[in-house]
Amino acid sequence: MFRFTCPHCGERDVVEFSYGGDASVVVPDLAAGEEAWFDAVYQRDNPRGPHVEYWHHVAGCRQWIRVERDTLTHEILACGPATGRMRPETGGEGA
Amino acid sequence: MSRYSVFSVLKGGLTGQTHWGRAWRDPEPKPEYDAIIIGGGGHGLATAYYLAKLHGMTNIAVLEKGWLGGGNTGRNTTIVRSNYMLEANAHFYEHSLKLWEGLSVDLNYNVMFSQRGVLNLAHSDAQMDAYARRGNAMRLNGIDAELLDREQVRRYAPVLDFSDSARFPIVGGLLQPRGGTARHDAVAWGLARGADSLGVDIIQNCEVTGFDIQGGAVKGVQTTRGAIKAEKIGMAVAGHTSQVAALAGLTLPIESHLLQAFVSEPLKPFIDGVVTFGAGHFYISQSDKGGLVFGGDLDGYNSYAQRGNLPLIEHLGEEGMALMPSIGRIRMLRHWAGVMDMSMDGSPIIGKTPIKGLYLNGGWCYGGFKATPGSGWVFAHTIAHDEPHWINRDLDLARFRDGRMVDERGAGPIPGHH
Repeated sequence: MFRFTCPHCGERDVVEFSYGGDASVVVPDLAAGEEAWFDAVYQRDNPRGPHVEYWHHVAGCRQWIRVERDTLTHEILACGPATGRMRPETGGEGA
Repeated sequence: MSRYSVFSVLKGGLTGQTHWGRAWRDPEPKPEYDAIIIGGGGHGLATAYYLAKLHGMTNIAVLEKGWLGGGNTGRNTTIVRSNYMLEANAHFYEHSLKLWEGLSVDLNYNVMFSQRGVLNLAHSDAQMDAYARRGNAMRLNGIDAELLDREQVRRYAPVLDFSDSARFPIVGGLLQPRGGTARHDAVAWGLARGADSLGVDIIQNCEVTGFDIQGGAVKGVQTTRGAIKAEKIGMAVAGHTSQVAALAGLTLPIESHLLQAFVSEPLKPFIDGVVTFGAGHFYISQSDKGGLVFGGDLDGYNSYAQRGNLPLIEHLGEEGMALMPSIGRIRMLRHWAGVMDMSMDGSPIIGKTPIKGLYLNGGWCYGGFKATPGSGWVFAHTIAHDEPHWINRDLDLARFRDGRMVDERGAGPIPGHH
């Protein structure tokens, strides 16, 4: 189990959120060409360790947030709004 | 290697069954092989077995970082089926199912393959229409499929909730009678014994830490037990395919996700075949030891943790109760999770990579266990001939770039949704 610190609502359980995938993917310019779009749509680094990802606070404020989470330990390393700065998690067991 | 038979058991009875030897050797790695298979799970072992048996390549090694079958081979819910609709998947999984049907005899090892049937339940008329379509597609591809009405489902699995208060009333279902279950550990052990007897070196506790790639061609691997040369190397490490491929500089259309599985305390015979709930993602069967083996959906986020979380356990409990309330007081004995390679179209990737001599077998999503013999069979062909068999031709890595998805569910390029 883990909890996120939603930047709008505070600490909330994972069941309130829906996963939005790898947040390191940058949507390319429409004219960027096939290679850039192939990378963005299909290719993933899929790290075993810290992973920056989007979550949707569906059962809360309905805002998208950005989370840094360790995919091996499920430790939450940082949370923040989808487009702003992430704040490191402090205290608590996190994972 | 001694052949297992009833006579060997009887003869051993005269000496207190002390005649049993090791089922496979524990060799030191040689400095060079004709081919190396990375990953000592079912797929890697099957690949080595068929390379040696059908393609005459016996100077090969299987490298396993842990112990045989300690990954997803021993973590699945043991279901074998080929009820796929799309051509590429249908031909591949049906080929695999046919290999299952002869596997115990072929290996001289009882993999306990039991064709007890796989039934997908329908809870609406629309779902029955969809199953009729799938069943017809299967039959056109020579795969067995039977559309059952409510009464036929009741006869097949009377423990399901057929009462008036069922939350999702059962309308019917699609049955594949030739589907079933197998003993997953025995599959790894039987394939290991078979490959070893043909001369394959199975090397455990040997983790690949890097590739030797020169001029776009693979020349060998670095491992925790030294460098090993080979000009043909196959990766069969599903769950961690992205990690091993990254050692060769490859980025793949794969995300790793958690899938949980559960087993209850042992019961008397209770449910005969494999039953899947149609109003949610839940499937259940009963093992030969009597435990109810069940599972459902992914936890839903990238993970390598090999352990699941509680929300999904609660969700599965609710689905199980909606389907068969009689399990309500049965205690759950164990639960665990495996790391799934979730590909971008929900179908596996078996074929060549941009690096010469390096072959990829991964992206198994939920479908790895049932594919074990078929996967090894086509992967061995691909490695031996440096080109895919027609059966795995459409399951290549290049399909993502070319836009030839094999998306059974039509979910699009979101790995967690397949």
